Amino acid sequence: MNEAFFDKKDYKPLDRVDGHLKVTGAAKYSAEYVLPNMTYGVLVGSQIAKGTIKSIDSKAAERAPGVLAVISHLNAIKVPGYQADPSKPAKPAGGPQPLRVFFDNKIYSNDQPIVIVVATSLEKAKHAASLVKVQYDKEVHTTDFDANMQNGVLPEAAKKNPKSGSADYDRGQTTAFETAPVKIEAEYIIPNEMHNPMELQAVTAHWEADDRLTIYDKVQGTKTTQRFFASEWKIPEQNIKVISTFVGGAFGNGLRSWPHETAAILAAKQVKRPVKLMLTREQMFTMVGYRPRTWQKVQMGATKDGKLVAINHNSVGQTSSYEEFTEATLSQTRMMYAAPNVSTRYRILPLNVATPIWMRGPGEATGAFGLESAMDEMAHAIEMDPIEFRLLNYTESDPDRNLPWSTKYLRECYEEGKKRIGWNNRKLKPGSLRDGEWLVGYGMGTGTFGANRGPATVKAELDMEGNLVMHCAITDIGPGTGTAMVQIASNTTGIPTEKITFHLGSSEFPNAGLQGGSSTVNSVGPAVLAACNALKEQLIAMAAKKDASAFGSAKPDDLVFEKDHIVLSEKSSAKVALSDLFKQNNNRKIETTQESKPSENRSKYSMNAFSMHFAMVHVHPFTGQVRVKKIVCCADAGTIVSPKTAESQMIGGATGGIGMALMEDAVMDHRFGRYITKDFGDYHVPSHADVPQIEIYFVNKPDLLADPVGSKGLGEIAIIGVAPAIANAVFNATGKRVRELPITPDKLI
Amino acid sequence: MIQFSYERATTTKAAVSALANNTSAKFIAGGTNLVDLMKRNVMAPTKLVDINAVPLKDIQQKNGKTIIGALALNSQVADDKMILEKHPLLSKALNAGASAQIRNMATVGGNIMQRTRCAYFYDTALPCNKRQPGSGCGALEGANRMHAIFGSSAQCIAVHPSDMCVALVALDATVVVAGPKGERRIPFGEFHRLPGDHPEKDNTLQSNELITAVEIPDNAFSKNTHYFKVRDRASYAFALISVAAALQMDGKVIKEARLAMGGVAHKPWRLLEAEKSLVGKEANEATFKQAAEIAMQGAKAYKNNAFKLKLGPNVIVEALKNAAGLV
Repeated sequence: MNEAFFDKKDYKPLDRVDGHLKVTGAAKYSAEYVLPNMTYGVLVGSQIAKGTIKSIDSKAAERAPGVLAVISHLNAIKVPGYQADPSKPAKPAGGPQPLRVFFDNKIYSNDQPIVIVVATSLEKAKHAASLVKVQYDKEVHTTDFDANMQNGVLPEAAKKNPKSGSADYDRGQTTAFETAPVKIEAEYIIPNEMHNPMELQAVTAHWEADDRLTIYDKVQGTKTTQRFFASEWKIPEQNIKVISTFVGGAFGNGLRSWPHETAAILAAKQVKRPVKLMLTREQMFTMVGYRPRTWQKVQMGATKDGKLVAINHNSVGQTSSYEEFTEATLSQTRMMYAAPNVSTRYRILPLNVATPIWMRGPGEATGAFGLESAMDEMAHAIEMDPIEFRLLNYTESDPDRNLPWSTKYLRECYEEGKKRIGWNNRKLKPGSLRDGEWLVGYGMGTGTFGANRGPATVKAELDMEGNLVMHCAITDIGPGTGTAMVQIASNTTGIPTEKITFHLGSSEFPNAGLQGGSSTVNSVGPAVLAACNALKEQLIAMAAKKDASAFGSAKPDDLVFEKDHIVLSEKSSAKVALSDLFKQNNNRKIETTQESKPSENRSKYSMNAFSMHFAMVHVHPFTGQVRVKKIVCCADAGTIVSPKTAESQMIGGATGGIGMALMEDAVMDHRFGRYITKDFGDYHVPSHADVPQIEIYFVNKPDLLADPVGSKGLGEIAIIGVAPAIANAVFNATGKRVRELPITPDKLI
Repeated sequence: MIQFSYERATTTKAAVSALANNTSAKFIAGGTNLVDLMKRNVMAPTKLVDINAVPLKDIQQKNGKTIIGALALNSQVADDKMILEKHPLLSKALNAGASAQIRNMATVGGNIMQRTRCAYFYDTALPCNKRQPGSGCGALEGANRMHAIFGSSAQCIAVHPSDMCVALVALDATVVVAGPKGERRIPFGEFHRLPGDHPEKDNTLQSNELITAVEIPDNAFSKNTHYFKVRDRASYAFALISVAAALQMDGKVIKEARLAMGGVAHKPWRLLEAEKSLVGKEANEATFKQAAEIAMQGAKAYKNNAFKLKLGPNVIVEALKNAAGLV
């Protein structure tokens, strides 16, 4: 595979291959499977944040019509894989469930699932669940992050491995900040934010035999889920089938398995019937993770002419009392700019709350709010254009790992973005621009995320009609994975897209990792490429039997499909009909299964995708309302294999960034340790009226060191840097620096 | 949600008598609030009487009044030609509320009857005197950013969430209700109540009465009105503060004024003193600032909503400036 190949065939925008299924309602989501003897589970959550369950009165619930079981720690069957004593907090994922649902009477967080009611209809289960009466022995809980920040601890992983990403980091002189000619120091806070995908988390659990389980589950990894529950239920992996054909958004909360899934599986085993369990919107705030509240302090030193001298970046992020959740909040600070002296300190604060989970652009989006706001503060302090300031500190290699970039086209992003947003209209002095009563401001923020890649396997079959069918266990949580894979296959073979099918979302299919960390096109794409090339090799071998002179020395790259023929490109006019070739195979289809893995390049280069987000905002001076009027997103994400869905993904990320900057805030009343904003009426995400024109630009240059498709991933960089771009634009409009998100009107009047 | 019985009424009389002997029965029309409350076990009526088939959808002009049927949809009223012409303030307020989808379901009567969106009221695990008298007010020392600055009590600091009602109270509307003893007319300003010691009572409607119509007397405010709503996002959010302003101008001089606020009290908050201060004065920023200052007298903030004391007067001035055509 070479660069020329991609130059030759540009990827064209393609409608989603499953778009019709989705808009007509034919696509089946986890809660939509109907099984014989189906029952419905409803979870009852704890109403205290810490303590023990004293008693559960379930008599009325048990007597309610249609109720099959009321299951709690008092009567639940044993989960064989539960750890005997998980006294030490564990890393999330990997299983078994650290929060052992229905295991004992201990309460670790408010709304922790403590009872599941199973009934013959959802309504009956709901009603019965409302009749369950629970008495508690309350203990004093600690949920207030701000009041307890000083109790942040170094994560266990960092204690064990000083080279881990969450360990303390020093580059150069740790005292350099103190003596820098220009210094700024600021603290930043982001609140707890909820993934809140449109589709509620749902699972349908069906024990087909005592040791055979099928789950229709909303997950981001079918294989990881299969492994998790195999270890939890101590049955062989191959006895567990995980189906997740369609996922209605996830943003990270399907990256691991959660107690509600165990609850449904346990209940199904106990009532000996399939159990369907769908969380309520309120339960989405407490049972499936969130972006943790995080405090950051940035100290930044620079010379008067704009050379960075030092960055000290500290953070404290929230976690639960039973699991150590960590994320890469400070990783960009170490590699984004050519600062000679950099120190980072990452701490986590265990509280009596549920465990967080990576949310789109995970720690990097949080960290970027600190770093990119501080860059803006420094640019303002030295009276320099923020882009000029960044370009002055642009780094051509990774200063953290001391390695060259595989590719980095961030400069192109700056240049193109500047033009598209109209950056030249921006005034250095805040509050200088007006449109009627409204103040006008421009801001920008940079994002980066690792061009991650893992092993993936794809099975491909080709029939004599030229239909190509592929299978892979990967999920599609919305970016359009099927569409992208069809495009890669079509580009590799020349087979028209309408003759290609990509099946995904089942643990029965060949191996793939999680859909997360912007790694799918980078990981599964190369396996598609490898499978397509392997099929071509088989065809060449078959063709050589007919025409050895033309096909004997042909390579996969030379071979192209043309209608019902294969042809050798350019150099030769050799051509064979598929029907002729398949006669050799008794008209049976040919097939191959190919695995693709990351190469040793990963230790020789630093591989990152980059993005630049520009925002133009209006701020109403008397009422503090912010209206984002335009956003421009520029991304260096390597090859863009599916331009249409990639653009949609960027628009989605920018929209999420608007929410993060201006609206999202899961407010907790710490007297009760309970969330106050827990529905779409109170927890605000952008409405259509909040989303302006969003313009997308892709550099679209392949990174063939990262992977043979040349892609660097897109999902995370779509949101990383958006919130600071908006916050910086608000500062440019008003001169007010809001360092605690979200930027609501009350903070600007 | 508990099991409940359901029946349909096709006349006002039948609807009223369907509630006669059952204090836990409720009318349902659009259901945009009641169904949510039932799902969360905040309200648990044992019987629902569906009034959608009662003929109360019309909007008419009669004897110097605009009469809006209680079952007219929010979107229907907002888009009604006569309303747009005679009472544009009402249309503006309606369109500032909820979402297009909800406005297509919600009725005028239901909008008036909607309950507070205070989070403590919605969560049965938390104290709320409105939901469960005597359990305490969760918001008083809790998360009270959205809460009242006028007319609250130690029992309840919730606000009424409606936008439509802010315009209606400003326009001197009357609520027409039918009960077992016949018709009753309640001035809009007296329909909703302050919480006092009985926050469980949102309004003065009796449990067996049905709102049949809202009447707005003819006025001279059609040219100079504005509804200014400040909220946390551009659509589908309750007001931090909203202001309905209506002016009758004589050249540059204000001949008459109507002013009301939303998001500040247990009821739509009419600003009578501020209105008086505007009359006879020239419409300018100084006049409006003075009215705003008068309007805010007696306002009291809690832990998280002190910003409303600053935002309130600004929104009043902005609403008046817009109404007077000065923006």
